[in-house]
Order: sequence, then C-alpha cells, then structure tokens
Amino acid sequence: MTEPFLSIQHVRKSFGPITVVQDFNLDVEPGEFVSFLGPSGCGKTTVLRMVAGFEEPSAGKIVVAGKDITRLKPNQRNVGMVFQAYALFPNLTVAQNIGFGLKVAGMPKADADRRIAEMLDIIKLPQMGDRYPYQLSGGQQQRIALARAIAPKPKLLLLDEPLSALDAKVRVSLREEIRSIQKKLGITTIFVTHDQEEALSISDRIAVMYGGKAEQVGTPFEIYNRPATKFVANFVGTLNVLEGTVTDAASGKVRVNSQEVSLKGKLNGSKSGDTLSLALRPEAISLGRHPGRDSSLSGEIAEVHFLGSVIRVRVGIGGATVSLDTFNSPATPPPAVGEKAEISFSSGDMLVLH
Amino acid sequence: MKSGRFWAWVVFALGAAYFFIPLIATVEFSMRMRRGAYSFDAYKVVFGDPRFQATFGYSVLTAVFTIILGVLIVVPTAYWIRLRMPQLRPVVEFITLLPLVIPAIVIVFGYIRMYGSNSPLPFLGSETGANALLVIGYATLALPYMYRAVDTGLRTIDVRTLTEAAQILGAGWGTIITRVILPNVLIAVLSGAFLTFAIVIGEFTMASLLNRPAFGPYLQNVGANRAYEPAALAIIAFAITWGCMSLIQILSRFAPRSANRPN
Amino acid sequence: MTDISLSDHAVAGKTAPPADARSMRLPTQWLGVAPFFIFAIMFLILPTLYLMLGAFRNDAGEFTFENIAALAQPSIVAAYWISIKVSLASSLIGAFAGLAIAIAIVRGGLPEWIRSATLTFSGVASNFAGVPLAFAFLATLGRLGLATVLLNVLVGFNIYAHGFNILSFWGLTLTYVYFQIPLMVVIIVPAIDGLKKEWGEAAATLGATQAQFWRMVVIPVIWPSFLGTVILLFANAFGAIATAYALTGSSLNIVPILLYAQIRGDVLHNAHLGYAIAFGMIVITGLANVFYIWFRTRSERWLK
Ligand SMILES: Nc1ncnc2c1ncn2[C@@H]1O[C@H](COP(=O)(O)OP(=O)(O)OP(=O)(O)O)[C@@H](O)[C@H]1O
Ligand SMILES: [Mg+2]
Repeated sequence: MTEPFLSIQHVRKSFGPITVVQDFNLDVEPGEFVSFLGPSGCGKTTVLRMVAGFEEPSAGKIVVAGKDITRLKPNQRNVGMVFQAYALFPNLTVAQNIGFGLKVAGMPKADADRRIAEMLDIIKLPQMGDRYPYQLSGGQQQRIALARAIAPKPKLLLLDEPLSALDAKVRVSLREEIRSIQKKLGITTIFVTHDQEEALSISDRIAVMYGGKAEQVGTPFEIYNRPATKFVANFVGTLNVLEGTVTDAASGKVRVNSQEVSLKGKLNGSKSGDTLSLALRPEAISLGRHPGRDSSLSGEIAEVHFLGSVIRVRVGIGGATVSLDTFNSPATPPPAVGEKAEISFSSGDMLVLH
Repeated sequence: MKSGRFWAWVVFALGAAYFFIPLIATVEFSMRMRRGAYSFDAYKVVFGDPRFQATFGYSVLTAVFTIILGVLIVVPTAYWIRLRMPQLRPVVEFITLLPLVIPAIVIVFGYIRMYGSNSPLPFLGSETGANALLVIGYATLALPYMYRAVDTGLRTIDVRTLTEAAQILGAGWGTIITRVILPNVLIAVLSGAFLTFAIVIGEFTMASLLNRPAFGPYLQNVGANRAYEPAALAIIAFAITWGCMSLIQILSRFAPRSANRPN
Repeated sequence: MTDISLSDHAVAGKTAPPADARSMRLPTQWLGVAPFFIFAIMFLILPTLYLMLGAFRNDAGEFTFENIAALAQPSIVAAYWISIKVSLASSLIGAFAGLAIAIAIVRGGLPEWIRSATLTFSGVASNFAGVPLAFAFLATLGRLGLATVLLNVLVGFNIYAHGFNILSFWGLTLTYVYFQIPLMVVIIVPAIDGLKKEWGEAAATLGATQAQFWRMVVIPVIWPSFLGTVILLFANAFGAIATAYALTGSSLNIVPILLYAQIRGDVLHNAHLGYAIAFGMIVITGLANVFYIWFRTRSERWLK
C-alpha cells in the first residue's frame, strides 16, 4: 500500500454542545476519487469544510502529503473547491474567474492566459472566455467553477454537491466529465453527494456517512453488495427486508412467515430462536421458480407498476411486501393483482442484517 | 476574525452614540421647561395648544386623502403593468423615481405657476382647490415608496395566476380587483400607507408654499418663537415616525411569503 | 407568454364580440394605466417642464438666455456652491459611515438582534427629517444643547469658542448626516446580503487574502449600488429645505432656501430668475443621475 495522500485522523467537530462529526477517519490514496454519501445533515459538508480549512476540527488532525494542515488557513492549503451554487464571481469574465487563483499567486500574464485557454479546452467551452457568468447556463457555470478550482493545480479537489442544482440530463453528463477530467489530471478528489447513483457510478471508493460517522468505506461494489451495516444496506439501493426467526442454527434454517429458507453459513453466531432481518435487492429476486435459485417463498401479487421496459411487482408475503423487477416482454402478459405467486432467489444473495 | 468583530463593535458603538445622543439631548431639553426640575410641562403646553390640535388634525386628514389618492393611482397601474403591459414597466418605474430627483420645492413651484388662480385650471383659486393640490403634491412625493411597496406585494402573490383563476371561476374585473387582488396586497398597501403618513405628517415645504394650515409650518413657527416646546415636538414627531415604521414591521410579518413563481 | 394570450381571450370574450376584439384591444389596454400617466404628466412632468421652459423666456415670452446668465451673480453662485458642498459632504459622510455600519452588522459577527435593531432604527431615522430633526440638533449642539453644555462642563471644551456653530456648513452637514446614514444602511444592507458567503470561500481556496478578495470582488460588486445610493443621498440633501430653514432661518444661504424666499416674495425682483434657479437644481440632480446611468451601462457589463 502506498502512503495515503490525504489522511483524516480521529476528527471530531462540535458546534457548541452538539457534536456533528465524531471520530471520523479516512485515508485517501493519491489520485483517488472518494465520494461522501449520506443523508442530509449527516456531516458531509462539515468534514469537507474542515479539509478546506473553513472549520477547525474540535479534535483530531488532517494530513496532506505528509504535512499536518489542521491549523493552516484556507488560503494556504492549495485546495480547490467547487460549490453547489457555483459561486462564480459575477463581476469577472469567465477567463478572469478561471485566472483568479493564478493572478493572486502572481503568475505572469502570458502563462496565466495559456493556462486559462488550456482549462477552457479541458471543460470544452473554448469560446466562452469573454462572457460573464450570468450569460451562462447552470451546467456551463459549474464547469467554469471546476476549471477555476483546478487551474492553480491544487493538491486536492473538493466538490460539495456540485451537481444538485442542475437538471437530470446535465447532471449525468457533467458527472462523467468531472470524472474524466479528474482521471486525466490525476487529482485527488473528494466529492460530496446525497445521490447514491452518482456516488456509485463515478467513485473509486465511497464513504457512507451517518450521524457524523463513516459507517462504511469501500468500493461501490462492496458498498452495494456487502453493506456492513443495516444503515448502509438501507441507504444504498432499494432493499426488501423480511423478518425471520432462526429455527435451526446448525443447518442454517430460518422461518420467514411460516415458510422455511436455508441460509447455510450466513448466520454467524445466531442461536435458534433469534429473530433476524433478511434483506434482498430487487434484482436478486425472480417471479416464479428458476433453476439455479435455491430458495423460494410464496405469496400474493399486491401491486403491479408498469414502468416501460421494466415492470415492478410487489408481492405480499405475510405482513411484508417484496419488490422485484421483471422485464417487460410483449409475449407474456404481466401478472394480475391478487394472483398467487412464488418468488425465488439464491440464498447467497440474501443479506443478513444484525 | 477576532479583530474584525472588535472593529464591528467599535463601528456599531460610534454609530449608536451619534444616533442616540441627539435623542437623549432632545428628551432632556424638552423636560427643562420648569426651572430647577425636570417636568413634562413643555408637552402639556404643546398638547394644550389649539393650533397644535388644528394643524395636526389637518395634516392627518391630508395624509389620509394622500393615501387614498396614492392607492387609487398606484394599485391599478402596478397591477396592470404586471398583468398585461410589462413592456411599460421601465417607463413607469422611471416616472415613479422622478420625485426622488426633482426636489419637492421645484414641483410645488411649478404648481404655483401652472395652477394659480388665473390659470385654466385654477386649483389655487379656492380653499378646496388648494387643499386638493396639497394632497396631489404629497401623492407625488409618496409615489416612489407607494409604487415600490405595492409592486413588491404584487410580485409575491403571482398576480397573473390569481387573476386567471378568478376569471375561470367567472369573476368580473370589479370582483377581481376588490375581492382577489386587494386583499392579497393589502399588507403591501398598508405598508406604503404608513410610510406615506410618516413622510406627509410633518412636511413643510409644500404646505408652507401653498399656505396650508398644516403641521409642518406650525412646527416651524413654534421653532422660531419658543424655547422648549420644539424639543417636545421633535420627540412627538420621532414617536410618530417610530410608530409608523413599527406598524410596517408588524404588518410585514403577516405578508404572504410564498411566491409561486419568481418573476 | 402563453398565459398572456390565454387571458387575452378570456377578457376579449367577456367584454366584446370576437370580431371586435382586435380593435378594442389597444384602448382597453391603455385604459388601465391612463390615470397614472395623466396624473404623472399633469402633476409631475408638466409643472417641471413649465419651469424649465420659463427659465428660457423673458417677461414678454421671448426666448432668452438672460435668466440663465443671471444665475452667475455672486450671491446665487455662492448659494449653489454651499448647497453642493453640504450635499456632497453629507452624502459622502453618510455613505461611508452607512457602509461601515452595514458591513459591521451584516459581516461583523455581531449578535443577530443588533442587526434587526439597527435596521428598524434606520427605517425610522431615515424618515426623521425636516423641521423636528432641526429641533433635535438644536437641543443637542445648539448653544444651550446638552452635548455643548456637557462638553463644556465635563471636559472644559467650549465648541462655540472653537469656531463651531450649528448654523453653519458643518452644523448643517452634521444634521443631514442623521438621515443620510440610515438611508444608506437601509439601501445597502440588501446589497451586502447579496454577497455570497461562498465567494469569500472560493477566493480563499484559490489562495486570495482577505484584502485581495475585497479589492477584486467585493468592492466591484457593491460599487454600483453604493454609487447609486450616494447619488440618491446627494439629491435628497440638495432638495431638502425644511431642516435647514428651521435650523438656520435664512442665515445659511443654500439654494432651496433662496428659491423658497423667491417664491414667497420675489426677493430677486425677477420672476423668471426663480425659474432659472429651479432649472439649475434639476440640472444638478439630473446630471448626477445621468452620470450614474452612464457609469452603470459603461463599466458594469456584468450587471444584467
Ligand atoms: N455553523 C454551524 N453551527 C451549528 N451547527 C451547524 C453548523 N454547520 C453545520 N451544522 C450542523 O451540523 C450538521 C451537519 O451539517 P452538514 O452541513 O455537514 O450536513 P450535510 O451532510 O452536508 O447535509 P446536506 O446534505 O444537507 O448538505 C447539521 O445538523 C447542521 O445543522
Ligand atoms: Mg452539505
């Protein structure tokens, strides 16, 4: 393992009596793209602002490239930041905005102009240098803000929900652009979002936050498929949760609504009689019995939602309902509400939440 | 940061001193009428003065008429500009700003020359006409404030949608204005009204040049001839202004906040 | 845009048969704003124009520049000069003091109640002008005023012995500042509120010092509103008469007081010279505004 580039160590932040970040730890590799994902108010922005230097940690330290920057002023940290509301300077042209950091650093004008042109190319707005921010769309403004942040070659790039003020289409294209620019420049990046799809699609790793703590840090694949806590499992993706009672701990038998499923090797330590939460992703469940799927449960179709290429079916199993998606095939009519139905899945896909 | 806050306190303290010392001094002065002891004698004299009562009453009445005239001119216009003729907005805004540029004394000078007793429109030929001209003059003075207050009020309620909704329900124009628009901008209109009142009640220039028996000229007259009463009158005037502004603030708490659409 | 045409149909359907809708449209449209325009023309624009034209006529009604030329006599020039000085001094002092107070209450990290109390008070004080204001300053800084007496008794400093007089340029300026500062506060606070916190943070992450941020962003951004307000304050002081008249009688020869005396009693013994004085006042306040508009359109292309 290489030396971490950014290391956030045991950081805590309190505003008066309220602690909003507690014992936060994270190591980020050079060139890595890490997302902070979590519900509103969980402390994502606060951690980011401590890295930028706008808030001082109540405890712990922040190290960048081996140097403790915890007490450094924001303007001495060489960190680029992009804000949700663009925050372009309205009185400066696009080129002047991008050149702001270069100018205050005292870069000669010719060099600065070259760098600005380069940046405008990177964000694919080469003709826009003379415009003022109000003459640009939100997506364009945010790209300028990105260019402005990376023009002085910062050691770290921090983005606080940079896409949430944009409409859905722009959001998707811009996030891919951000990711590709970031890869090209190899700049270590922290990206705050509350949109899980965003985090899953562009991150090297995700830190899922809850109540001021990092619940789990891992690759998108790990976060989605092997959530470490109940919160992560619930927050990332759609999840069907069923309550079950262990009937035979040794052979892994669990009773769900008077039907039995076998979860061999997944019960780690539960005793007979314990109740468990069992979770399944919609895409792990099929309607009807299928070869290769070792478990099944029967219930009744409760709702059918036609979503175009996909039909979302909700099946009632005892008191619980399970959502699953089937592809729409014109040859087979969708199931009808009230029909008896059987769902099947692999016990290996079942998540046991403790 | 620390030193910034220190300077903020310094600036604030200096400002507070500049603004409070004259008020304190005036209160103190107004209570000096009786030799050797503080008293409210000056206030008693002022309130007991029949000319105070007469001129104050006259100015209140003038203010009320000014407000009515202002509302009648501004509300339909602001409404119509928002609803149907947005292209006229710059022109109307420009005109409503003119009274801030043209001094009141110039406007009233123009009135005296244009509407004198020998002119085709002899406002100044009769008492009623002169009173009307004073109300008109005050309405122009208040125009910038009244227009802005009402226009802001209209902006927050989304006039167009409300009007269309009323039309769909079959309402006529009279009903729309009196039952739909006015109640919704009432707060804004009242704010403009209290501001108008504060401006008009002690106004001196127009009233004096039109020879009206108003409160402003009375104040000036007392100032020229008495010692302690002026200070008492200043405190009374300050209290009236304060009252008007407080009413505006209280009203603003009831103002509709949600705008369905920013425009 | 679509909803305009929608309501057009609705109105046309109610007030006239469809065939007439086109021809009916223009007059009914204008009917809504007619009272306003008639009022503005009759009681704002025509009286002003009347004076402006009168400034270029003699008693026989012939065109002349004599009245304007007559403004050059020393007493009138002196009146304009002292008016301009008082207005400029009070608006600049008011503007900078008001700006400092506004920044202190918005950005200075003071408790929230100070901000709202200051704003409320400013609303009151900006409207506390005219005759009562003069009374308040007489009670403070007049010969028997509290501040005068206290300074004399406590510090042994007699301001009147040191050349101060409430009935003077500085006395009047200090008095005008009482409504100029709060007016500035009331108008400029929203502009300072409009400065986004993120701008400062963005500048900081880009390596700018606080001073660089102010020079490159804050000052350019609030400059137009600031200048516009200064001009408003200037016009506000330039046209004011009541305070000065109540304070100084006619001992301080400012333009509005001169014009007031002229209107009352033709002290200049030339009716048309009064028109010329009024014309001069409009020209000065008008020029200030033209300068402001020119400045805005020319140097502030970033303003929408
Ligand atoms: N300056 C402050 N003073 C007091 N409390 C604060 C301050 N800043 C943030 N908080 C509190 O800290 C908590 C975390 O805030 P933070 O802005 O970090 O959340 P977030 O995860 O970024 O949320 P969102 O997704 O809504 O942006 C919130 O409960 C917030 O109210
Ligand atoms: Mg946040």
